[in-house]
Amino acid sequence: MGAAVLPILFFTSLWAAVGIGGSIITPHGPQRQLIQCILMLTAGCCWLFWLCCYMAQMNPLIGPRLSRRAIQIIADSWNMPIKEG
Amino acid sequence: MGDMFRSEQMALCQMFIQPEAAYTSVSELGETGCVQFRDLNCTVNVFQRKFVTEVRRCDELERKIRYIETEIKKDGIALPDIQDDIPRAPNPREIIDLEAHLEKTETEMIELAQNEVNMKSNYLELTELRKVLENTQGFFSDQEVLNLDTSNRGGAGGDDAVVQHRGRLGFVAGVINRERVFGFERMLWRISRGNVFLKRSDLDEPLNDPATGHPIFKTVFVAFFQGEQLKNRIKKVCTGFHASLYPCPSSHVEREEMVKNVRTRLEDLKLVLSQTEDHRSRVLATVSKNLPSWSIMVKKMKAIYHTLNLFNMDVTKKCLIGECWVPTKDLHVVQKALSDGSAAVGSTIPSFLNVIDTHEQPPTFNRTNKFTRGFQNLIDAYGIASYRECNPALYTCITFPFLFAVMFGDLGHGLILLLFGAWMVLSENKLSRIKGGGEIWNIFFGGRYIILLMGLFSCYTGIIYNDIFSKSMNLFGTNWVNNYNTSTVLSNKHLQMSPNTSAQGVYPLGLDPIWQLADNKIIFLNSFKMKLSIIIGVLHMIFGVCMSVFNFVHFKRYSSILLEFVPQILFLMLLFGYMCFMMFFKWFKYNGFTSNQPETPGCAPSVLIMFINMMLFKNTPPLSGCKEYMFESQPQLQKAFVVIGLLCIPWMLLGKPLYIKMTRSKQVAHVKHNGELTGNMELAEGETPLPTGSTGNESAGGAHGHDDEPMSEIYIHQAIHTIEYVLSTISHTASYLRLWALSLAHAQLSEVLWNMVLSMGLKMPPYTGAIGLFIIFGAWCLFTLAILVMMEGLSAFLHTLRLHWVEFMSKFYEGLGYAFQPFSFKAIIDGEEEE
Repeated sequence: MGAAVLPILFFTSLWAAVGIGGSIITPHGPQRQLIQCILMLTAGCCWLFWLCCYMAQMNPLIGPRLSRRAIQIIADSWNMPIKEG
Repeated sequence: MGDMFRSEQMALCQMFIQPEAAYTSVSELGETGCVQFRDLNCTVNVFQRKFVTEVRRCDELERKIRYIETEIKKDGIALPDIQDDIPRAPNPREIIDLEAHLEKTETEMIELAQNEVNMKSNYLELTELRKVLENTQGFFSDQEVLNLDTSNRGGAGGDDAVVQHRGRLGFVAGVINRERVFGFERMLWRISRGNVFLKRSDLDEPLNDPATGHPIFKTVFVAFFQGEQLKNRIKKVCTGFHASLYPCPSSHVEREEMVKNVRTRLEDLKLVLSQTEDHRSRVLATVSKNLPSWSIMVKKMKAIYHTLNLFNMDVTKKCLIGECWVPTKDLHVVQKALSDGSAAVGSTIPSFLNVIDTHEQPPTFNRTNKFTRGFQNLIDAYGIASYRECNPALYTCITFPFLFAVMFGDLGHGLILLLFGAWMVLSENKLSRIKGGGEIWNIFFGGRYIILLMGLFSCYTGIIYNDIFSKSMNLFGTNWVNNYNTSTVLSNKHLQMSPNTSAQGVYPLGLDPIWQLADNKIIFLNSFKMKLSIIIGVLHMIFGVCMSVFNFVHFKRYSSILLEFVPQILFLMLLFGYMCFMMFFKWFKYNGFTSNQPETPGCAPSVLIMFINMMLFKNTPPLSGCKEYMFESQPQLQKAFVVIGLLCIPWMLLGKPLYIKMTRSKQVAHVKHNGELTGNMELAEGETPLPTGSTGNESAGGAHGHDDEPMSEIYIHQAIHTIEYVLSTISHTASYLRLWALSLAHAQLSEVLWNMVLSMGLKMPPYTGAIGLFIIFGAWCLFTLAILVMMEGLSAFLHTLRLHWVEFMSKFYEGLGYAFQPFSFKAIIDGEEEE
């Protein structure tokens, strides 16, 4: 399983804070329910979107197919030197 | 619940207003904009209503104002713009003042115009005379010894006879339009049999026609003839050809004198003309300051009288009665307006408001602010919600931009949209005053909050898709490592990384940046985006079906919860919710690190094939070493789900009609029972039963009046609903795949633009390449804005709208209401300005 605890915890708590925490702390006023609804929907949609993307990459079934040029560029720019041999 | 959750509660009210206070009360009500009046005089002809004369007065005032406005526009004076200080409707004293003012100004303008025309024609005559005198100089220079002018001589017949006798030539001089000269000459030749001699000279500058103001080219002519009869004939021809004749002395001295005379008269006339112009401008300038506010006051007055025409005069002629719809929350505002109106007139008898009960369907009113108005308009464009039905616009505020962003996901394009939306929102005060922007601008400006939110969400989905103008950002370092050694790399053109050796962890935020460099990026993205679309779609639809529960609870149709909602949600969740579960399970179960053969990526089954097999009760033999199912007891679970799902269909089809049939027969039996008890009352079979408590609620509030529909209709109705629902679960679920399709198209277009346009510019040699890059960047920007932002944006907007209207709202929305159109001055004035 490729998933790590930290990102999941971080993003889940982030959107929970926005959705649930934000709804609690909205000031009382005529628009309170509208703002609560907006915050909860936003948090729900954005969290679901992030989650699907994360889970799709957790256990990948295929890997990227790179051209020789791309491998050489990655080795150089992203600091992933090719093994000798 | 909140304001936007469902439409507001409306009350039907009767208003009793004293006739003296009627005008001011209605004026106050118009300022508040809370009531929608009903027409109590539908049967009465428009021209026979009570306040027709007042409406005519207003029409007359409007006509005068329009006339003055055209005159002001002709002179090019600018009318001031009143945005903040809108005047109220005028009271009777102000009306009289207004009428007097407008009358005076109008008569003055008409007089001035008339005088101007007269003076201009005078000016024209004098100018023509001067031209004649100047141009005929040449004709007479050799003839001046002979005193030839016949026109200046008294008209005494004797003199002419003497002249004629002596065989002298007479002449007439005048001016004619240049285009008529040849016809004129031909005609003179014909009537005189060649005995007339015409000399003409063209005028160089055109003269202005006083009536139309157009410049016309003219010609000066002198016709020489002999004899009295010929003179008359010539004069008749001149009149026929609209030539103006002028007295022209032939003697040089007299001519000089005349020219001097004419010149001074011309100067005087010019002075008078300019003074008239100045006076006219001054009058118009003074009027133009007040004209816009007068115009608004007259509009308001007319609106008030039109509204008063909707009222009924009661029998005792003591007060006016009106019926109106008022939102229950605004009743106190209306009361206050009525009391203000009475107080303004000083009436001792107050007007009052009476709420009456009714079974009619009230209008639908959703109180919106500037943010929610755009989204409410999107929903209302499909159909106005039925009275007190759940309002989808509340959720559309977020789901609409979100679904748009799933299709439009690109950080760069999202930023462009965000900036555009933010500019419109931040300067909305200034931009809302622009009047002549055109319909397209109005549409964009009206949707500024929608565009702002779409931009925000597109930025977020752009970050998750890791796509900024078709490039990816590497923020956290890629989680794929290259395990091949140098010789393998150098000897292969392409190398595929294997997930079990190369994947090390998951990129925390979004898509790993290595996929942008991969050749098989689309294969991976397709799988991800398709699953994402179906998951989002099924969730959206489940949400829609659940909304119907709120409607059932509110309209007290509790039976429908069991008979309609439960089978619908079961069908949807057991089949398509299960498919989403399979997708999530597949993401968990199959990975590259396991040693268990059935769990390796090679054995991962296709979710779609599994779903089809489930529905058709089929089996596909798996590959060797792999298992067919993902978990134990999956086949039994699937069979159970399909059977329950299939059972839901007759449940949906027959549940509600059978229930209605049962309740109806119970009703009739109940009434029949009552009839026998009270004596010999015989109730016929099909007689309408008296409404009992339980069934009365069936028709309360909703648009379904089931009490009067025959059973066959109900069966057919329900059959259509069932078939529609069952088929729509499949078709709508597949329809959500457009989220995948459009996002793929957007990403590919973006990539094509990079590969074919901008990267060409970056590969050019230096120095010349700098100029080339400058031009290519301009082309790239143009294509990005025109194709990717505008065209793709509009396309995604349309598809999102369709997803909301069809896939989401068909699950619960009725949309059979009519909009609340209050009597509001603001709406009337804004509406007229748009025209």
